Amino acid sequence: MSRYLRPAARLAASARITTAAPRSLPRLTSSAAFAVSQRRSFADVKGTKDYTVREALNEAMAEELEQNEKVFILGEEVAQYNGAYKVTKGLLDRFGEKRVIDTPITESGFCGLAVGAALSGLAPICEFMTFNFAMQAIDQVVNSAAKTLYMSGGIQPCNITFRGPNGFASGVGAQHSQDYSAWYGSIPGLKVVSPWSAEDAKGLLKAAIRDPNPVVFLENELMYGVSFPMSEAAQKDDFVIPFGKAKIERQGKDITLVSLSRTVGQCMVAAEALKKKYGVEAEVINLRSVKPLDVESIIKSVKKTGHLISVESGFPFAGMGAEILATTMEYGFDYLQAPAQRITGAEVPTPYAQGLEEMAFPSEKLIEDYAAKLLRV
Amino acid sequence: MKTRIIPKLSLRRVSRSLPRATRSSYPGPIIVSARFASGVSQPPGSDYVSFPGAVKSAFTNDLKFTLPSDHPTLPTYRVADQDGNIVDHSFEQDLSEEEVIQLYKKMLMISIMDVIMFDAQRQGRLSFYMVSAGEEALSVGSASVLEKEDVIFCQYREQGVFAQRGFTLHDFMNQLFANKLDKSCGRNMPVHYGSKELNIHTVSSPLATQIPQAAGAAYGLKIQRINDPSLPPRVVAVYFGEGAASEGDFHAALNIAATRSCPVIFICRNNGYAISTPTLDQYRGDGIASRGIGYGIDTIRVDGNDIWAVREATKKAREMALQDGGKPILIEAMSYRVSHHSTSDDSFAYRARVEVEDWKRRDNPLSRLRKYMEAKGFWDEAKEKEAREGTRRDVLKAFSQAERERKPPIRSMFEDVYEELTPELRAQMKELRDHLEKYPDEYELGEYEGGKNSLDS
Repeated sequence: MSRYLRPAARLAASARITTAAPRSLPRLTSSAAFAVSQRRSFADVKGTKDYTVREALNEAMAEELEQNEKVFILGEEVAQYNGAYKVTKGLLDRFGEKRVIDTPITESGFCGLAVGAALSGLAPICEFMTFNFAMQAIDQVVNSAAKTLYMSGGIQPCNITFRGPNGFASGVGAQHSQDYSAWYGSIPGLKVVSPWSAEDAKGLLKAAIRDPNPVVFLENELMYGVSFPMSEAAQKDDFVIPFGKAKIERQGKDITLVSLSRTVGQCMVAAEALKKKYGVEAEVINLRSVKPLDVESIIKSVKKTGHLISVESGFPFAGMGAEILATTMEYGFDYLQAPAQRITGAEVPTPYAQGLEEMAFPSEKLIEDYAAKLLRV
Repeated sequence: MKTRIIPKLSLRRVSRSLPRATRSSYPGPIIVSARFASGVSQPPGSDYVSFPGAVKSAFTNDLKFTLPSDHPTLPTYRVADQDGNIVDHSFEQDLSEEEVIQLYKKMLMISIMDVIMFDAQRQGRLSFYMVSAGEEALSVGSASVLEKEDVIFCQYREQGVFAQRGFTLHDFMNQLFANKLDKSCGRNMPVHYGSKELNIHTVSSPLATQIPQAAGAAYGLKIQRINDPSLPPRVVAVYFGEGAASEGDFHAALNIAATRSCPVIFICRNNGYAISTPTLDQYRGDGIASRGIGYGIDTIRVDGNDIWAVREATKKAREMALQDGGKPILIEAMSYRVSHHSTSDDSFAYRARVEVEDWKRRDNPLSRLRKYMEAKGFWDEAKEKEAREGTRRDVLKAFSQAERERKPPIRSMFEDVYEELTPELRAQMKELRDHLEKYPDEYELGEYEGGKNSLDS
């Protein structure tokens, strides 16, 4: 195991682990609209401030644009319109149209342009309005960005960050609500990260922009307006979160809930309910990084709890859950006291009907019930 | 990608097997087929190019690049001016007064429906809506000269096409409210209409995917007719915005349609904005029309606010598309998107309100047709008022009916993921039925068509 994990473990050893727990748990946003207020509160006594995920992403990009003149952002609606989800708000005014670029509606075109710029030594941030539309450009991501360093004999690095909303949304039907974590996670050459909190968003995005490899940065539309406290350290412009290192969002001894992106929040709610109803302490692991995957943290936790459930919003077949369970089985089979379980999105094109849509993705109650069932409480 | 390399290898093998003398007189690996081999060699003293990629291109000893600015902007065809006066004097009206009124009423219907549904979305009664204000003449006009059997692909702003082909207010509302009468069984986002009877493919969210599909559908129609000449001649019409024409799919579609001679009419709605992106950031050439010429496609640009121009151009395009065994035609219809892009957009963030108001007042497809009818003396203020009020009443009636209608049967959530229910899906369906029977008081099944009985296999 240690050989398998060495690079990640080395990074992890040098990392400062932030343990600020969210002050208020994220609510389920019921609307696809992005008209969430952008207010930011003043610093409290401990120096933490509330940031929405949107503000954290915005700050990360602003800081990196400031620090490295090779960084620029391009995509549909990113400049004049401040981004379809307002993530790039104010960047055009601050950095000008040379660094913040509106593109024609050509995913394959602007993604290819960004990859070309990266191959020529720049560090582009390529925003997709959603990763559902990135399908038009996936050849550029998979066949060019991910493989050129290897195929050029190491002479052409591709320092690029692909970012945009991914995974479940609300009320937008089958073609707009898919999770691509497992898709990109399966490609050698790509690094894939997926933030949950505002700190994740800022630290991981800055790390992604600085990382010399192509990074796929999977956000979630429903998280943009959710506020989290941001520690004083995280507010600084040198704050980065290393890849391949998960974060224990909640300590527990009875069951391990491994999750990423928006489902982390759902696991936190389920964990509280499990404690209240059954007196069970669930440990919640926020993976942060899909690839490299922090197997070490998962196994350590399973050693302690003996039970594992993975929670994610992708389709079940050959998904993140399958990967997490298989890896746990390979490295931690003897510590499991019951077969590990996975909670995933439903194997169905995402329905439009609100009730069905809710059932097509993990819910707090579902996680709670499955954990209780697994623990036989 | 791999396939692109393989033919080259086989070519090399072919050329190696040829005697040396033959190879030197035919430079390059072009010996594979007689079709390409014929025009290759340069006859001595020739004054034009005979390369296979550019036949009949005259030689010149003037080093000069062709500049886009050397070409005048393509003209825009119109029949009526902004006040509804006929300016193309060769125009012959082929419709009766009653038929003209019917066209106007269709345009009126979608424009009134749009306002009501936009507000309904704002009230949270549906999740999404897209209006087509400013493009009513374009969609209604072009659809009115296509045959019933013609196949249509839409983008998402073509309510007028659906309405003109016979989609009723009830059909619209049933889809928008995703009730049991919705043809897509409540599975789609609002405005993703589709109709088998009307030969209109279901709207799909990803941009521009419908354009190459339309070329393929047209190719299919062409082959069908070759196999069975008793079939009526049919064309495909495909609608898209100028923003979608930036997608690679658009270019792939035009090229394949031209090379395979597909009877397809590409109808571009150039309304000036793709969400917030103005055309200046979208392209630098002469609109979308200039691209058609580049792909070897017969092209026209028309005034999209002039229903007569749209009708004349589409009529002629259909005729041409069926000539010589079929060929593609491109129509670029110019208009102005008076509305926001969708309910997720507030366009006043990127354009001045006065610009929009100006367009609404100065050149509006509805008022242009209205002025025409008034000048001809078969329409007046009283009729206008009556039509507007009547339409509004009809829309609201269909609205409330559809909103009250029951939801699709529970069974439909298992169906159509695959052509046939798989054994797994059948087992899940049975499990659900058993569950509902075991806990009859826990679920409100009355609002679903057929209740739990729809789950009988």
